[in-house]
Amino acid sequence: MGQYVLRRLLIAVPSLLGISVVLFTVLALAPGDPFSDLATNPNVPPEVGLALRAKFGLDDPVYLRYLHWLVAMAQGDWGFSFVSRMNVDALILQRLPATLYVIGSAQLLALLVAIPVGVYAAMRPYSLFDQVANTLAFVGFSLPTFFTGILFILIFSIKLDWLPFVYTDVKATGLRWLLEEVRQAIMPVMVLGLFQAASMTRFVRSAMLDVIRLDYITTARAKGLGQARVMVKHVMRNAMIPVVTLIALQMPAVFGGAIITEQIFRIPGIGSLLIASILANDTPVIMAVTFVFACLVVFFNLIADVLYGWLDPRISFR
Amino acid sequence: MDGLTLASPSAEPRRRFSPWREAWRRYCRHRMAVVSAFLLAILIVAVIAGPFLWRIPINDIDFAAHLEGPSLAHPFGTDDLGQDILARMIYGGRISLAVGLAAMLVSVVVGTLIGALAGMSRGALGHALMWLTDLFLSLPQLPLLLLLIYLFRDGLKAVFGPEVGIFILIVAVIGGLRWMPVARLVRAQFLSLREKEFVEAARALGASPMRQIVRHILPNALGPVIIAGTIDVAAAIIAESTLSFLGLGFPPDTPTWGRLLYDAKDYLDIAAHWALFPGGAIFIAVVAINFIGDGLRDALDARRVI
Repeated sequence: MGQYVLRRLLIAVPSLLGISVVLFTVLALAPGDPFSDLATNPNVPPEVGLALRAKFGLDDPVYLRYLHWLVAMAQGDWGFSFVSRMNVDALILQRLPATLYVIGSAQLLALLVAIPVGVYAAMRPYSLFDQVANTLAFVGFSLPTFFTGILFILIFSIKLDWLPFVYTDVKATGLRWLLEEVRQAIMPVMVLGLFQAASMTRFVRSAMLDVIRLDYITTARAKGLGQARVMVKHVMRNAMIPVVTLIALQMPAVFGGAIITEQIFRIPGIGSLLIASILANDTPVIMAVTFVFACLVVFFNLIADVLYGWLDPRISFR
Repeated sequence: MDGLTLASPSAEPRRRFSPWREAWRRYCRHRMAVVSAFLLAILIVAVIAGPFLWRIPINDIDFAAHLEGPSLAHPFGTDDLGQDILARMIYGGRISLAVGLAAMLVSVVVGTLIGALAGMSRGALGHALMWLTDLFLSLPQLPLLLLLIYLFRDGLKAVFGPEVGIFILIVAVIGGLRWMPVARLVRAQFLSLREKEFVEAARALGASPMRQIVRHILPNALGPVIIAGTIDVAAAIIAESTLSFLGLGFPPDTPTWGRLLYDAKDYLDIAAHWALFPGGAIFIAVVAINFIGDGLRDALDARRVI
């Protein structure tokens, strides 16, 4: 197992490098000089602009520029945000917990909804429950997150006045602080979680249906195991293998959804940071946040691979 | 419809239909897909014919009637400048649907080309292309989309003008980030089809690789591509609306559905209709297209039909 994890880690390195090449190519191909607005920005002294040009070696050949950029990124030297007036890595570290908190809770909610519903639907395919769940799932992933977010605000904040519709810094302390934090996270987590749950339910259902008709399930039933035991120990464990892959493949979409929910509910995460810095032309922050998102995707793919090896021990011996 | 009635009597020997006829019969069995096809057709007709029937200009400012709810004069209400939301939605719908279709075309063409190349080559090229596909699959799409729009927006605006430039950019970027599922499907189809007897027969008769692909393999690999392409239209509509909703899509005076939502979101408490109509339009378009995709899966992907 340890060797398998190590091997997966080593495979993640080329994909990170590949992503960095893609990002760098995008930046290099962009018309104009990414630092040209420094010259006209009155907040930036000219010598800082010149020093930046020299530091990023804007007149070097492309491969040298890429190497410099990569080394700087790897060393945590991500540049300076002129809008927030602080180092980009500090800025991102400050914003990252909120994003991870919302995404993590949303994924948890999605799993808690999708697995029971998907499993139950697969146990009774084409029953009323299955059809209702299927239709709801369809509606769920056809509703874009920005529209559900607005609907939720309309219903729960404006009409019912149950939940606050934007994130604020909670002033209270102790239990009250915790309560307020949870209260203001409910809507973003619901929006993101239910969107994820919709597509996950379909994955779980179809994976379960694929496994249920295999011979060893018939064997397990024939030797007299109860329905619950067959479902949980025999069907579910094996059905989860493709589901894990599909969930990992969904991760880029999850981060996209997180950007939108952060923007709607004004959550101080890296998603809203990205939008704010695009609107403010803060190039170093934009590059860094995009790269962080890419790293997070690769990281979650890695977790999926490790889970995969745990769920299906044959894989780690290949 | 008559396909359905013809197939039902079970006593007589089953009649043989052409593959397309058979697919149509299976499609009609998916009730939601048929309903969705009607809905989408209505939507398309509405945005194409709408401006000829509903003649209020999209930028007709009337402060006397601002933020009004639905009425006979303005069926979908008005926005903060008193502009008619129905007229704006008809105009925006044209753009949203056009972006969806064009981006789908881009992703299907790119995906088919790469998938076909990867499926036909037996050497390093196939592996390299699949590695590239996996790499693109693990890119964070929305951040990259935003980054690309941010970097290239002004350049294209200068060359093609604000609306066309953004249209080209959005279509290229959305399509260019969504070809991977198509490429994987096409490659998988090619890998199995190229070993089939009928392709071998064509090869034995001296068909060139190009002819084998175009005449024999590609038509048989088309089903999953059509399904994936349909789903892509929905995804592209969502992507475009998302960009506009974040204020980074089309210019402010171009009322796409996402842009209308973006403008409406600060007036939710006093003018909910402003957000509900465009949001509802996006939802109906996307859910209809997804159901059509589901119906096409029943119709074209024979393995899935039980």
